[in-house]
Amino acid sequence: MSDFSLSVQPRRSLSLHSTKVRGIFYQVLLAGSLSALALGIGIQTVSNMRARGIPLSFGFWNESAGFDINQTLIPYDTLSTYGQAFWVGVVNTLFVSLLAILLATLLGFVVGIARLSQNWIVAKVATSYVEIIRNIPLLLQLLFWYNAVLKPLPAPKWSIEIPGGIYLNNRGLIFPEVQLHPGAGLVALSSAAAVICCIAFWFYARRVQRRTGRQLPVLSVSLAALIVFPLLMFLAAGEPVSFIRPQLHGFNFQGGHQLYPEFAALLIGLSVYTGSYIAEIVRGGIQAVPKGQTEAACALGLSPGKTLRLVVVPQALCIIIPPLTSQYLNLTKNSSLAVFIGYPDLVQIFAGTVLNQTGAAVQVMAITLAVYLAISIVTSLAMNAFNRHFAIVER
Amino acid sequence: MTDQSLHPPIVNLALMPAMAPPADVRPGPVTWIKRNLFSTPFSAALTICFVLLAVWLLHQFLSFAILKAVWSGGREACSANPEGACWPFIAEKFDYLRYGAYPISERWRVDLTQAIGTILIVWLLWTKAPRRKLAAMLFFVFYPIAAFVLLRGVALLHLPVIDTTLWGGLLITLLMSIVGIVFSLPLGVILALGRRSDLPMVKAVCVTFIEVVRGVPFITVLFMANFMMPLFVPDYLTPDRLLRPLIAIALFSSAYMAEVVRAGLQAIPKGQYEAAKALGISYFDMMRLIVLPQALTIVIPSIVSTFIGLFKDTTLVAIVGIADFLKAIETARVDPSWAGPTISSTGYLFAGLVYWGFCFGMSRYSQSMERQLVRGHKS
Repeated sequence: MSDFSLSVQPRRSLSLHSTKVRGIFYQVLLAGSLSALALGIGIQTVSNMRARGIPLSFGFWNESAGFDINQTLIPYDTLSTYGQAFWVGVVNTLFVSLLAILLATLLGFVVGIARLSQNWIVAKVATSYVEIIRNIPLLLQLLFWYNAVLKPLPAPKWSIEIPGGIYLNNRGLIFPEVQLHPGAGLVALSSAAAVICCIAFWFYARRVQRRTGRQLPVLSVSLAALIVFPLLMFLAAGEPVSFIRPQLHGFNFQGGHQLYPEFAALLIGLSVYTGSYIAEIVRGGIQAVPKGQTEAACALGLSPGKTLRLVVVPQALCIIIPPLTSQYLNLTKNSSLAVFIGYPDLVQIFAGTVLNQTGAAVQVMAITLAVYLAISIVTSLAMNAFNRHFAIVER
Repeated sequence: MTDQSLHPPIVNLALMPAMAPPADVRPGPVTWIKRNLFSTPFSAALTICFVLLAVWLLHQFLSFAILKAVWSGGREACSANPEGACWPFIAEKFDYLRYGAYPISERWRVDLTQAIGTILIVWLLWTKAPRRKLAAMLFFVFYPIAAFVLLRGVALLHLPVIDTTLWGGLLITLLMSIVGIVFSLPLGVILALGRRSDLPMVKAVCVTFIEVVRGVPFITVLFMANFMMPLFVPDYLTPDRLLRPLIAIALFSSAYMAEVVRAGLQAIPKGQYEAAKALGISYFDMMRLIVLPQALTIVIPSIVSTFIGLFKDTTLVAIVGIADFLKAIETARVDPSWAGPTISSTGYLFAGLVYWGFCFGMSRYSQSMERQLVRGHKS
């Protein structure tokens, strides 16, 4: 009779039919083949680099670079080292990315909201902008801005003059330099004090509202503080700020600050392109807020502006922020297209000029990749923390 | 007694004729304009500003591209006209923009390859077409081989070998994107399955690959492929200069494809997996027959958007010296014999129209697919 009972004991033998054994087998196989591949590539690379006389160390880091960079935010000259050139590249990449992120966000929010406008023509213009810009490669747009818009501007001698001492020509936008005199520190100090007062007042207003429901005029008080404090100090210290106007000497301008066309083209291109993506994200986020929320706010007697500001946007933000982060990262990565129009970013300086001069391809590429990975990891971590803080708590 | 007498005589049983709605809600152009363009003073101001803006932009575009453009004639006509596009320039460079320096006598091979590709893609994307499995099979297996034989040439078949340095123009752009999609889709599926695997080692390898590739710009991947790949392998194995960016584009887009496929895998209800396991179906059969067909269908729109991104990214291969369509435009526009005031703008306008046409077509397809999927799920 015992023959009829089914054996339910799992087999404990080490056969290939056991999922566990097979899993370990696959993983060992994968690890083995990957390490063999890495080892093979490593040995081959070292021998190839030796054969071609390419340096194997990071010794080039402290050697003199010997090339000049026309746009730097940190001190750099031809005698500086490759290491310093690297930092110039990193700072330039971060600078243009941050500015472009700011502009793209502004543009994206405006266009995204405009796409949902009741006004037919506003919605159509916004939609056309998104549909045109998203479907044209960023590189083409950058080349267009640089070669077809900014380069054909007149030479410095025939600059387009904008009131206020600003000149526009094919070398860029030249604007007055701000010069600080003693006493300017006091103005800066008073501005800082004004900011602190605003924050304190905001906290106080929030507490008052929580306790009593009374709303204090935060916006107008803050604006007043931010304008009046520094202005009073500015007048009291005897106007400690002056401007140096750019002057045309020979073929070029002297004095003043210069915004190079490469930088401007990259900034405009990145902002316009990413702005169209952000607009779509914003539109999606606002549409994802249930209609009942708007109707409830309306039923409670909130004005359309307040409904948008207090009910819809805070909820939409929770939906918008994760894809927005990935757009910011895309923008930062896309700033590497600077290499095509000659803006000295990390890729152009380091993975371009430095790589060609030193020939240390492996080291240079490893460092470049590490920088971009570090930027993306830091941004993701920051945004995850932000997201946790702002996620909608379902009750 | 009739029915009638039950009602008090004051009730009028006959239906009243419908009255026209009040003037301000009556459907018509005036109401529409009032409601959609001039609902508030602010809205009216916006309307006026935006109408002016739109008219100005349209006028600029039309006068440059059509009204004031040079349609016939030669270089002289173009350099004399600083206000409109120079279409004879595009007409003369058209073949160069399509094929690059591909030998003229062999260009029929490019045409044939592109024709086969078009037929297969239409067959594959047209949801009502019969035997789409066969189309997929042909596209992903037979077509790459056929394209290689036709484009590069095999001496045995009396097709002279064309060196890849001669390839260029739209041919390269299409080749890059087709290779990207053909190789990145299967690779992406494998990576996505690996990322959801229970085996920690497999998962770690896939996650690292996906996240590293997605964290770096495409340009650096191209640089790596161009400068480092020759260092990685012995000299006799060094890949061709066109093959290196092709490998880069396939690996790069496979990481993005993996994330798209993963989204599809996550959207499949757990019950599907459990039912398959309960029936005793093996892992690979479960994925091949049950999960992947559903998951891939859901993410067709996302696959198409990834493909649009890939298509736009192919412009970057110019950095490693490949003459793709945009690079061909760049080369053509600085041709000294065509120096003219509007040559650059004409070149960029043409390039923009071509890229926009491809991308807009694809995004429209993806949107219609999305609507179709939504309908499918409702029924």
